[in-house]
Amino acid sequence: MFDSLSERLEGAFKTLKGESKITEINIATSIKEIRRALVAADVNYKIAKEFTDKVKEKALGQENVLKAVKPGELMVKIVMDELVDLMGGQAAGINIKGEPAVVLIAGLQGSGKTTFSGKLAHFLSTKRKKKPLLVACDVYRPAAIDQLTVLAKQVGAGIYTEPENKNPVEIALKGIGHAQSNGYDVVIVDTAGRLSVDEQMMTEIANVKEAILPNETLFVVDSMTGQDAVNTAKAFNERINYDGVVLTKLDGDTRGGAALSVKYTVGKPIKFVSMGEKMDTLDIFYPERMAQRILGMGDIVSFVERAQEQFDDEEAKRLEKKIKKNKFDFNDFLGQIGQLRKMGDLKSLMNMIPGMSKMTKDLNIDNSAFNKVESIIQSMTPQERGNPELLNLSRKKRIALGCGQNLDEINRFIKQFDQMRKMMHKMTKMPGMGGMAGPGATMKRGFRKRR
Amino acid sequence: MSFFNKFFSKEKKEDLDKGLEKTKSNFFNKLTKAVAGKSTVDEEVLDELENILISSDVGLETTVKIIERIEGRVAKDKYLNTSELNGILRSEIVSLLAENNTIDLEEFTLPTTEKPAIIMVVGVNGVGKTTTIGKLAHQYKKQGKKVVLGAGDTFRAAAVDQLKIWADRVGCDFYSKGMHTDPAAVAYETTEYAIKNGCDVALIDTAGRLHNKINLMKELTKIKNSIDKKLGGAPHEVLLVLDATTGQNAIEQATHFTNATDVTALALTKLDGTAKGGVAIGISDQFKIPIKYIGVGESIDKLQIFNKQAFVDSLFEA
Ligand SMILES: Nc1nc2c(ncn2[C@@H]2O[C@H](COP(=O)(O)OP(=O)(O)OP(=O)(O)O)[C@@H](O)[C@H]2O)c(=O)[nH]1
Ligand SMILES: Nc1nc2c(ncn2[C@@H]2O[C@H](COP(=O)(O)OP(=O)(O)OP(=O)(O)O)[C@@H](O)[C@H]2O)c(=O)[nH]1
Ligand SMILES: [Mg+2]
Ligand SMILES: [Mg+2]
Repeated sequence: MFDSLSERLEGAFKTLKGESKITEINIATSIKEIRRALVAADVNYKIAKEFTDKVKEKALGQENVLKAVKPGELMVKIVMDELVDLMGGQAAGINIKGEPAVVLIAGLQGSGKTTFSGKLAHFLSTKRKKKPLLVACDVYRPAAIDQLTVLAKQVGAGIYTEPENKNPVEIALKGIGHAQSNGYDVVIVDTAGRLSVDEQMMTEIANVKEAILPNETLFVVDSMTGQDAVNTAKAFNERINYDGVVLTKLDGDTRGGAALSVKYTVGKPIKFVSMGEKMDTLDIFYPERMAQRILGMGDIVSFVERAQEQFDDEEAKRLEKKIKKNKFDFNDFLGQIGQLRKMGDLKSLMNMIPGMSKMTKDLNIDNSAFNKVESIIQSMTPQERGNPELLNLSRKKRIALGCGQNLDEINRFIKQFDQMRKMMHKMTKMPGMGGMAGPGATMKRGFRKRR
Repeated sequence: MSFFNKFFSKEKKEDLDKGLEKTKSNFFNKLTKAVAGKSTVDEEVLDELENILISSDVGLETTVKIIERIEGRVAKDKYLNTSELNGILRSEIVSLLAENNTIDLEEFTLPTTEKPAIIMVVGVNGVGKTTTIGKLAHQYKKQGKKVVLGAGDTFRAAAVDQLKIWADRVGCDFYSKGMHTDPAAVAYETTEYAIKNGCDVALIDTAGRLHNKINLMKELTKIKNSIDKKLGGAPHEVLLVLDATTGQNAIEQATHFTNATDVTALALTKLDGTAKGGVAIGISDQFKIPIKYIGVGESIDKLQIFNKQAFVDSLFEA
């Protein structure tokens, strides 16, 4: 539906190829394309314009080095650097100094505040050896208190609630008191979702902040947010002057241009990214990853994580053994195809790999590319599937008939399979390559298990 | 003005206006500025128009489409002033919304005359599925219908409790198997409950899920199939809930949820915020799925029937 952004950029840069100099004239199309790409990634249109103006300025100032570098490549680099620069800055940790330290969480409805509160408690207790207390100050949403209570239990954090009290300021203050007298050293205050135009609710959160004087105030933004991210980020900042931003739902496939919009508008660091519904799916922010994601230049990290979710360790170990003995057979191959299929649409997976989008653009790669192979294997007898060596000419002919493909195709496939098998076998013999059997083996980190 | 009164009660229009106020003033001011003192639509005016549409999350593709249509119209008709351009714009967007041949509802009607009607509600995390179910149940209940809510989100913390509170608020029936049970079984049994107890409608909640999670999308298909197994032809409506603050990703959402469950209707929530909901125009343009409802607040009565003309009117009228 959308052209991949890297395609757009590559298209734009094509117009620069073969030209030795970046000039006002030959840069115009590229700049426009970059701007369109950013807007398609949900970067605010005004920011996209300012950003590309800056890129243009930089590009024009770089005439001298152009002999060494192709203009297109130079442009990619300028865009990437500029994006990383804008979103990054010095790494900003979370301030949890205080007795107890108080963290206030705020944001729009449904952005992921309560979930993040639970994750942060988990993060602080596992990574920072803290003893966090969650305080439920959402007095509006049905079952908001129950939700936070469940999460607190899940992560083994303390919880403070006052189901009958409708005053968030009071609850927050008493929660801090409770922390002090019960040995909690960090208090995380979850609040109700609110719209920036809701005067009453914005006053409420400002009052909470004023009363509890948090060490850290975090603004939670859904990474799928569109052009409005700017308005909301600004309005919340004006009222509560937050210290940092949390980007949620990055396990989706949104380009996440809102990250740039928010950072550019308020200049506050993005401190955490939330990437799932489970409590251990919280990470610090990597500007390079985000820049690549916004530009659609492949997100190898997401690719790896997606693979990790799907390949299970047991299976990987079993395969590794078989490969080592050179016993990888058609059944194993079928299994691998099944695993790949589970990871999703093949083309979109390929697009996560940097540089792949260009290659896959005209290729008609869809999951049906596997159908052919599967139908060949399915036309084999169980014996043949387990023992690829058995396949002689008459067997191949029978298989060809069975799957309705011609003998050449059968031969080609079997040859490819043989080569693959040999290669995998060789790799297991190479030093340090023991775990090549299936992505699961090499990518295990035990992070993000499937729910 | 009078147009609105036909469709909305006074408070309703005020709600919508409140939400759209910012859009409206922005749009009108900018447009006026862009065309002030000019007698033809020049590049500058079109550029400004482009900015306005883009900033409402209409999306590049649809924006270009709208602008091309306007250029076409202007070349033919030769407009003279702001109000005429305004009129052209409005009618082009309305016609874009109308191209999917969907007729706006006039009231909260059930998707089928069969009894019970089964409505399954789907969408990504946090868009407002559960809230929309509560609000919709309230509308049906007000019409004297017997309603049951099925707690098919058995995953998210306190999801069942949340829906139960809504059922109590509405004063309708509630069916749950508790947390961490099989959602397909909940859907099946809710359907069964609705049949046995003579319900007019069952609204089945599902856990929020991001559309790129293949297994979760498969689960959704399974939930739908299990409803059909209990009652052939059901669910009669698969309502995809979209958040108006969402940008272009909403189009991906519509694509994937449609693939998994044959979505039959859309609800656009959180239009009471500053987000413009322009994504609705883009989606309506690309999918043949009607937008049926809009959410304009968190309380029980803040659900309205989507009306193309009214929606576009309120974007443009000062
Ligand atoms: N996939 C995914 N889902 C998330 C993430 N963060 C939160 N969610 C889900 O998003 C939905 C809303 O999250 P909540 O934590 O309830 O959001 P909230 O901001 O507290 O919502 P309100 O209190 O109603 O304003 C839930 O279904 C969460 O499970 C994330 O990083 N990835
Ligand atoms: N302002 C406003 N808030 C809304 C609207 N609809 C829903 N909300 C709020 O959005 C938040 C999320 O709503 P839910 O109904 O829990 O969303 P959901 O899609 O069921 O979420 P999950 O089940 O966690 O995926 C809650 O705080 C709701 O009160 C609306 O039209 N306007
Ligand atoms: Mg919450
Ligand atoms: Mg829900």
